[in-house]
Amino acid sequence: MRMSEFVIREAISANLSAGQKEGVIREMVENLRLAGYFKGNESEDVVKAILKRELLSSTGIGDGVAIPHAKHGSVDRMVGAVAVAPAGVPFDSVDNDPVFVFVMLVSPQERPSEHLRALEGVSRCLKDKTFVQSLRNAANPQQIWDLICNHDRA
Amino acid sequence: MTGEIHRQAVSIANPQGFHMRPMAAFVEAANRYPSCVVTVTRAGMAPVNGKSMLMLMGLVAEQGTDLVIEVSGPRAAEALATLLQVIQRNYDEVNEPSC
Repeated sequence: MRMSEFVIREAISANLSAGQKEGVIREMVENLRLAGYFKGNESEDVVKAILKRELLSSTGIGDGVAIPHAKHGSVDRMVGAVAVAPAGVPFDSVDNDPVFVFVMLVSPQERPSEHLRALEGVSRCLKDKTFVQSLRNAANPQQIWDLICNHDRA
Repeated sequence: MTGEIHRQAVSIANPQGFHMRPMAAFVEAANRYPSCVVTVTRAGMAPVNGKSMLMLMGLVAEQGTDLVIEVSGPRAAEALATLLQVIQRNYDEVNEPSC
């Protein structure tokens, strides 16, 4: 699955303000809420689900990248947000290094196949170090969106 | 014997597939054997580095997918046995997030 198929264009941030894990997750979920996802207390519930998942093991997979995620009944399809923290954020990553690029995934319950295919799309992009560096250098959300679309088309 | 390749096929039993938590455990276990080369192969695809989350994410291994784990290097047999245990463990305890 291509990243542009599940990343919500309006939920991209080129300059996260949060400086710690919970703040990053809250900011990204808020970006999805502002983009029209989640109602009422759902966004707080999604934050809690993602934090609970992080407690099991960090989704900071190394090389400055993290993929915080959870399943939640408020979505009927995979939705994703992308954020860049230019200064890096400590995220308990496997290599103990700060994270600069975040891809958040919120997936419907009981769709494991969709989740795995989304991870494949994320991996296809993020294993390209030039792409990751370009994300980190992006000046605004539009540039990040263009990078994702161009990589998907390549 | 360090050049010998130890190889084992495994079928993914987890209903959620080979998702991020087992992958992270697999990578962590593989990296406990720094001198070993670990690859994971899905039929029809090129082998991927078993010490890299990003590479394992490319496998899209759903329940029932057959994978082949190959290990070479010092203590390869022990590493392979450890990795088989890790990949076959149940990561989806009741009421826990499964991804």
